[in-house]
Amino acid sequence: MNDSLWKIFKKGIVDENPIFVLALSLCPALAVTSSVMTSLTMGLSVMFVISMNNLVVSLTRKLVNPKVRVPVYITSIATIVTLVQLLLQAFAPDLYKALGIYLALVVVFAIILARAEVFASKNKPIPSFLDGLGMGTGFCLALMLIGAIREVFGNGTLLGISVFGAGYSPALIMILPAGGFILIGYLVAGVKMYLNYKEKKLAERGEA
Amino acid sequence: MEYLTLFISAVVVNNFVLTRFLGLCIFFGVSKNLNASVGMGMAVTSVMTLSSMLAWIVYTYVLAPFGLTFLTTVVFVLLIASFVQLLEMIIKKQAPALYNMWGIYLLLIATNCIVLSVPLLNVESSFGFLKSLVFAIGSGAGFALAIVLMASLREKLRLADVPKALDGLGIAFVLAGMLALAFLGFSGMIAI
Repeated sequence: MNDSLWKIFKKGIVDENPIFVLALSLCPALAVTSSVMTSLTMGLSVMFVISMNNLVVSLTRKLVNPKVRVPVYITSIATIVTLVQLLLQAFAPDLYKALGIYLALVVVFAIILARAEVFASKNKPIPSFLDGLGMGTGFCLALMLIGAIREVFGNGTLLGISVFGAGYSPALIMILPAGGFILIGYLVAGVKMYLNYKEKKLAERGEA
Repeated sequence: MEYLTLFISAVVVNNFVLTRFLGLCIFFGVSKNLNASVGMGMAVTSVMTLSSMLAWIVYTYVLAPFGLTFLTTVVFVLLIASFVQLLEMIIKKQAPALYNMWGIYLLLIATNCIVLSVPLLNVESSFGFLKSLVFAIGSGAGFALAIVLMASLREKLRLADVPKALDGLGIAFVLAGMLALAFLGFSGMIAI
């Protein structure tokens, strides 16, 4: 039992990573990742929204008529996102400003709707919550990885602290949109290579 | 003149896909095929224009006067999703030929960040009705331009020998990066 719950949580982190493998919700992966702090805020917000929404969808899965399920999911997601917006606006106005319009756009992230549809509408509340948490963690980690690389090379800092000292002249392209696109391209390739390697190893073990 | 500047800035300088990173899911999903990209570009432009007009009216005459602006996100999402659904029904009934060409794209954009973001940006920059309209058309044209360029590049790419791990999404991202770099050249054109 515990083993399978752990598996549900774990699969979102690498094997089905929302950004690198499923390639869903790419907009924020580029838009807010020019520094680690904004990446982390975005990642945590999405993690919260996706796991809460999975919980709500799973709890109401027997009450909702399948014909109207998508509007119901969207309303639920939009409500939770508004909650996050108001909380951030009140307690972290600077971060709220930095995330700007992208926070409101969490509503239409394909990954959230996809998890509700694929997983939460068919499973019990606890596994659904964990599925959301796992996917959210994978999303958050991916965002932070991209954010860290872009901030270190593009600005010479990590979380605002200088890494290379004053003599470093930042590679501006990493902060610019172009650098973000190219970096994600190579990261996607890296994850694909790792997954291919793992599959090959499993196949070899199966034959032996 | 002011409107022309706004339009050009929305099409190339602040291109939605390449500098604001909106609509990336459909940008990468549909750009494998040139014909589909043209259809998608047109569908997005028309839906974006109509829905941002609708959203502007709702915001100005309902949400703002009654102090309900905190509901903006919820209302806009539902408004756009139901509007696209309605549009789909009307087109299916009235123009089946058009529906066969565009129908599938309409469903894809019902809940998409690029369509939702234009009304939100209009509210954020407090544009008037005409300005919102120009901004929506410009943004749609910018999206269409980017996706058609991308599809043309990817069709050429099919003949190229790409390393196995980069093949597919990886190389598409690198390509988009190159395009973004090219669009950076426009940034000095208009100062806003």
